[in-house]
Amino acid sequence: MPDTATAHEASAAAARRRSPTALPRSFVWTRRIVLTLLAVFTATPLYVMVSSSLKPLEEVSGAFRWIPSELTLEPYRDIWRTVPLGRYFLNSLIVSASATACSVVVAVFAAYAVSRYRFRGRQVFTVTVLSTQMFPGILFLLPLFLLFVNVGNATGLALYGSRGALILTYMTFTLPLSVWMLAGYFASIPRDLDEAALVDGCGPLGALFRVLVPAAVPGIIAVTVYSFMTAWGEVLFASVMTNDATRTLSIGLQGYATQTEVYWNQVMAASLVVSVPVVAGFLLLQRYLVAGLTAGAVK
Amino acid sequence: MTRAVTADSAPRTPAPPAGDTARRPTRAAADRIPAPAPEHPPAGPGRPAPPRAKRPAAGSPLRDRVRSAGLPYLLLLPALALELLIHLVPMATGIVMAFKDLTQEYISDWSAAPWAGPDNFRVAVDFDAPVGEALLRSFAVTCGFTVLAVGLSWLLGVTAAILMQDAFRGRGLLRALFLTPYALPVYAAVITWSFLLQHDNGLLNHVLHDQLGLTDSKPFWLVGDNSFVALLLVAVWRTWPFAFLLLTAALQNVSADLYEASALDGAGMWRQIRHITLPALRPVNQVLVLVLFLWTFNDFNVPFVLFGKSAPQSADLVSLHIYQSSFVTWDFGAGAAMSVLLLLFLLLVTAGYLLLTNRGRGAADA
Repeated sequence: MPDTATAHEASAAAARRRSPTALPRSFVWTRRIVLTLLAVFTATPLYVMVSSSLKPLEEVSGAFRWIPSELTLEPYRDIWRTVPLGRYFLNSLIVSASATACSVVVAVFAAYAVSRYRFRGRQVFTVTVLSTQMFPGILFLLPLFLLFVNVGNATGLALYGSRGALILTYMTFTLPLSVWMLAGYFASIPRDLDEAALVDGCGPLGALFRVLVPAAVPGIIAVTVYSFMTAWGEVLFASVMTNDATRTLSIGLQGYATQTEVYWNQVMAASLVVSVPVVAGFLLLQRYLVAGLTAGAVK
Repeated sequence: MTRAVTADSAPRTPAPPAGDTARRPTRAAADRIPAPAPEHPPAGPGRPAPPRAKRPAAGSPLRDRVRSAGLPYLLLLPALALELLIHLVPMATGIVMAFKDLTQEYISDWSAAPWAGPDNFRVAVDFDAPVGEALLRSFAVTCGFTVLAVGLSWLLGVTAAILMQDAFRGRGLLRALFLTPYALPVYAAVITWSFLLQHDNGLLNHVLHDQLGLTDSKPFWLVGDNSFVALLLVAVWRTWPFAFLLLTAALQNVSADLYEASALDGAGMWRQIRHITLPALRPVNQVLVLVLFLWTFNDFNVPFVLFGKSAPQSADLVSLHIYQSSFVTWDFGAGAAMSVLLLLFLLLVTAGYLLLTNRGRGAADA
């Protein structure tokens, strides 16, 4: 198979680099074999997820079959009834979207300050944000749990188990992540741009919103997608901080297992349904994401 | 798991030029960092660029100065307040908790819990007693798991990134496929794996036992010693795409001239990989390995979804262990003490790693 240069523009440089014929045979064969193995490794669970979600229950309970003997869409109907999946979906959506939105808005201001001004305490702030982001979630879980329970008792507010409390806990990871990525992205935008706006009489906020934010749209998209994905997949906090009414998908999906039986076909169907929005978003915005990541991280 | 993703993006962020605050320690007022080049974009004809001081907003010089000094703090205020609320207060609380005898009866009124002094720590590191012994074993398992998972993820990531550097038919599709495990919500991916690893109706046993006949009987993957292998398999499947993503991005920044020059010198493909590609990846590797380490070492999601609240001993990662020590036995004091120890360990390793790799890099550059 001759290698055609139908490449992504991102790899234009790589394509220009060597003419396809210059690749040694040993390299081409290594590439074929290794990439095939990796593709099989990656795709097998995905295939199982899709194929099993289309099988009747008897077939996922017995010995595994590669090819379904019959296809059914019933699991996709049943998932909404076996557990209140719709409610879990809504909870996940509210919590992830709120945590992401709050973080990104707050981070825009913080990143502006950090990337455009020098002031006392800036380094302390950036180091704090950086290090809190590396700490394990379990470190924050116990105290936050305790604080919510105790503050709730003292004030009579039902904090523990509420969506608001969960949103706040999710910000323990979405906020530092957003501040860092955005500060990196802002720093990669030439200062002349907003400097000119200041000179033209915009206030600092005008420079931020009329110049810097529009220029940073790819970075903001990347941060939003990233935060949302992270929050959508979060398990640790959700396992402790939610109750029946506020349960999110990450914990709710365990409801397809009863004492005696697991509805594997429904588990797979539900997994697929909850994955589609984020995977689609990720793959569609992959380019922005890589741009945002590299502005923040790699360079 | 994803939370650390960004930890990665973080460390190398081209943070504002370091030290510019330090250079002017006496100056209280905040300065806008000047653009590197003094010339402003050409002002249009008939619109001479006014000097900055004549900005329309200017009030009295003093008020202006105070306002501009306060501005960055004002911008930071929401972030600072939240940082305080969600990070600093809980961390301080966590440290206090570690010195309290905080068992179930005190959870709803924690200030009433008696002080325990260093008892919680003493119990946690008393390796002859059951609690300390279990913690030590969990720590050892986590270390072994981390080394293997990070090593394998990096290896797969770098291999795929290098092999996919040159265009070939279907590359875009393959890249999307490789990134999918990383984009999936953790729990959806891990639940799928737990189905694959089921004893009776799982794919793995079907292939190993029924189809290939490699084992005499179907092994259990989610209990007993095999669970370590299962955990490793799932973790690598989920983690390597991230290494791939970051390394692919890094490879796009390697100058094509380098390859052309070395090709003129007669360097073959494999030599180019060894002498150009791999060295070019060094700075990214430094961050990547650290981030993968922190993620993997702290991983809670994968073992929790795979095994439930109490993992088999051979796959009892330390985050899950602390979780279990806290929420299954409701001994928050012990859990908090273990968290503090974990934090100290992570700080130590991170600092040591950065020192070591920075020095190594400095020596290599010299």
